[in-house]
Amino acid sequence: MIELEGLTKRYGEKLAVNNLTFTVRPGLITGFLGPNGAGKSTTMRMVLGLDHPTRGDVRIDGRHYDRLKDPLKYVGALLDAKAVHGGRTALNHLLCLAQSNGIARSRVHEVLDTVGLTSVARKKTKGFSLGMGQRLGIAAALLGDPRILMFDEPVNGLDPEGIHWIRTLMKSLAAQGRTVFVSSHLMSEMALTADHLVVIGQGRLLADTSMAEFIRQNARSYVRIRTPQREQLLDVLHEAGVTVVESGSGALEVDGDKAELIGELAARHRIVLHELSTQQASLEEAFMQLTAQVVEYHAHTDTLVDTWSRQVPRREWGADWKKGS
Amino acid sequence: MIEAVGLTKRYGDKTAVHNLSFQVRPGAVTGFLGPNGSGKSTTMRMILGLDNPTSGRVTIGGYPYRKLPNAPRHVGALLDAKAVHGGRAARNHLLSLAQLSGIPARRVDEVLGVVGLQDVAGKRSKGFSLGMGQRLGIAAALLGDPQVLLFDEPVNGLDPEGILWVRNLMKSLAAEGRTVFVSSHLMSEMALTADHLIVIGRGQLLADMSVKDFISANSADFARVRTPDTEPQQREKLTAALTDAGGHVLPEQDGALRVTGLPLPRISEIAHDTDVRLWELSPHQASLEEAYMRMTQGAVDYRSTIDQKAGLMQPLPPGVQPPMPVPGQGQPDWYAPPPPQQGGQAFTTPGQQQAGPYAAPAAPPAGQQPNPYAQPAPQDRAPAAADVPASPAATQSEDAR
Amino acid sequence: MAATQVIRSEWTKIRSVASTVWTLSLALVVTVALGMLISALTRSEFDRMGPAAQVSLDPTYTSFAGMSLGQLAVIVFGVLVVSNEYSTGMIRTSLAAVPQRGAFMFGKIAVAAALALVVGMVTSFLSFFLGQAMLGPHRAWIGDPGVLRAVIGGGLYMTLIAMFSMGVAAMLRSPMLSLGILMPFFFLISNILGNVSATKKIGRFLPDQAGSKIMQVLPRAGDDTPYGPWGGLGIMALWVVAALIGGYVLLKRRDA
Repeated sequence: MIELEGLTKRYGEKLAVNNLTFTVRPGLITGFLGPNGAGKSTTMRMVLGLDHPTRGDVRIDGRHYDRLKDPLKYVGALLDAKAVHGGRTALNHLLCLAQSNGIARSRVHEVLDTVGLTSVARKKTKGFSLGMGQRLGIAAALLGDPRILMFDEPVNGLDPEGIHWIRTLMKSLAAQGRTVFVSSHLMSEMALTADHLVVIGQGRLLADTSMAEFIRQNARSYVRIRTPQREQLLDVLHEAGVTVVESGSGALEVDGDKAELIGELAARHRIVLHELSTQQASLEEAFMQLTAQVVEYHAHTDTLVDTWSRQVPRREWGADWKKGS
Repeated sequence: MIEAVGLTKRYGDKTAVHNLSFQVRPGAVTGFLGPNGSGKSTTMRMILGLDNPTSGRVTIGGYPYRKLPNAPRHVGALLDAKAVHGGRAARNHLLSLAQLSGIPARRVDEVLGVVGLQDVAGKRSKGFSLGMGQRLGIAAALLGDPQVLLFDEPVNGLDPEGILWVRNLMKSLAAEGRTVFVSSHLMSEMALTADHLIVIGRGQLLADMSVKDFISANSADFARVRTPDTEPQQREKLTAALTDAGGHVLPEQDGALRVTGLPLPRISEIAHDTDVRLWELSPHQASLEEAYMRMTQGAVDYRSTIDQKAGLMQPLPPGVQPPMPVPGQGQPDWYAPPPPQQGGQAFTTPGQQQAGPYAAPAAPPAGQQPNPYAQPAPQDRAPAAADVPASPAATQSEDAR
Repeated sequence: MAATQVIRSEWTKIRSVASTVWTLSLALVVTVALGMLISALTRSEFDRMGPAAQVSLDPTYTSFAGMSLGQLAVIVFGVLVVSNEYSTGMIRTSLAAVPQRGAFMFGKIAVAAALALVVGMVTSFLSFFLGQAMLGPHRAWIGDPGVLRAVIGGGLYMTLIAMFSMGVAAMLRSPMLSLGILMPFFFLISNILGNVSATKKIGRFLPDQAGSKIMQVLPRAGDDTPYGPWGGLGIMALWVVAALIGGYVLLKRRDA
């Protein structure tokens, strides 16, 4: 369990993290989302005692990070995969971390095997690809077999096999009752991985809810219905006071999460349904909706997207100089 | 249009690319997929004339890259965002590229605006974040207003807004009739972006087809059926009836049923005939990732294994469900071991039958079909991602369904 | 956090990078070889030297002539041991593993200093014996008064130089900045201050000048240095302590 209480970090004039209070619970994967510059990395560094909070407190199972004896056995973290000495071999890198926390050498070989780096264990890490570096960082996080794991952009540089592996790994860690706290920019990946979300923007807490709740609150979801007894169903729904929209493809759409109600109504009136499915908005959409007001470079990025779309019909981009060539 | 014919590249003994033939057509975003080390980068480098093919050829608009008159006006590429002189300002970097191919300086400011770097144009690029470097690389690719664009992992390091922006950018470039060729490892992102896919593994062509065809060819569709939670006997009744009708029924974690082998209207009829009320009846297609994983199995370089934690825990006999964790502070063996290995066959190479590293640990235990991805969430959400009307992907949503 | 764990970990770190091997072996080779060369030259030039010079020849100190160059490699060693952590980003991984920053820093310095001490002693004794062999008839013996103290002092001197560099690097973090300050300081500024009469009085309180006093057996003519060999080493040790405290305070306060 990671507990943040009023955590604040100020760099000169700028508040990087502003009065954050939330708890990361065991047994779940908690996704940590926010636009660039929202303060995610600063927060993670403060959890590990690398940065000192200006105000507030962060505790690991009730204790400060620097009060933990052999902290790698409590918290494993992947913050920056490149944070290794390139001249050192993967094996020695993990060995020096293991020794500093009294972890057996055999465990080093185990985690190397777990992440699939055994064959390059004795190679210097400067020759590693981004994906291999990431695997080494994950190995370091697993080293102390900790109950709390923090990953900052873990899929960076991994190939699909690796992405699938790390997702499965995180799920199994959470299923074992561990606390898994993971940040990512990849909404579609997060949607597959996280159970709970903590969203921050400009250093402030924007949301701390379950994934399903987050999507429900921040974007539209609807029920799609197909039936051969269309008119009958429309009557029944109308009577029940349910608003129905007809979509282009012959299906009916009902806003909100009413699949169960519609199923019951249809059964009561003996109406055959060929489809009854809840269509959820994507996490990306919900996230965009929520952070729209607080993205630091929002106006800026927006004009950039706008400029682009406005210029879509602009086949004449550089037309003048093209003619000349 | 990019055309490869019998493209082969050998490095000493190792064949990086073997007899690749494909076409990348204009007007569509073509995704280029493959595991690490499958030859994607080598292929991209050969397209750009950086590497010479051992045999075969690759042409852009009918010419090999090096014979293209003023290539930067025809082809724009983002290969490695870090391939920039760090001490040079962003604008000067682009200016030097522009001058090489006779592009006016005005165009430099245009592309800086397009990628949103106008405010940092005068800053040295070594202070750039990964995302800013990526934007600079995209600016360089757009500089010559080229008809053919190549992007290698374009969303690397971008934040959600940046990712959305790149996705829309690529779609609009394709909509303008340009050829857009994108490699990526992010399947869920590719599913939202690409129209067509070229998949390679160990240097060989594995697939060249539309995203839709690729998914149907490499995975099975299924229906998700839910009966009232309050009456479990309804669920059993339906399961029996569906099985009698020749369907294959698997329970899902949340109590729903996963039905294969029966069309939706048939399931509906059976439910009707057996007086079972339905709370959900929804069609599902596997995710692009699942389809991709099935296709490329065995073509992977670094293979992870399950964390054995030998000596740190007491093993359970195979087939036993891992118990719920029993917290015992400080004990290294307080947690449950990883579940018995199953469903990993898809990923073990023939000679190497060790672990089932990809068995989804949350999946129900043995007796199930060996589908390592048998988790409801992915299939639920991936198609839905393209489903929301406000989304720029709305035009695609019918396909995704 | 058991100190032995940190020390074992730091030992693994230090022995697993190539820079340790090449800086320390360079220090040894350069110091010994240059000492031998100067000793050989002194022997062949001896007869042409003035009587005053002949009388004041310090054979022990002559064989340590290579130290002025060899210490630069020791400085590089000391700087890299600390600043590599920062330049590679390893520091965040290290401090996450050992959040007690004092334990981390002093574990690292203890291991590096112990290694420097071993290499320094080997270098010092080799320099002495091989240098004396070159001096032939003008040689000193290890049993002569003050000689053993000078030879052991040579090893201590190298250790303290390494520790001073570590302290400075811990304050400055960047390897380039640290080397850019330490190298000219020891190679140029200290020499200039020591040789210009106006600044000589200040110059001899600099760490290298004060510390090198321990390697001298015969005082130079007209030497009015206000401290003896151990006093000089003490002054040098004060510099080292100051640098290490500075490094520790900054490490403790700063965000990693």
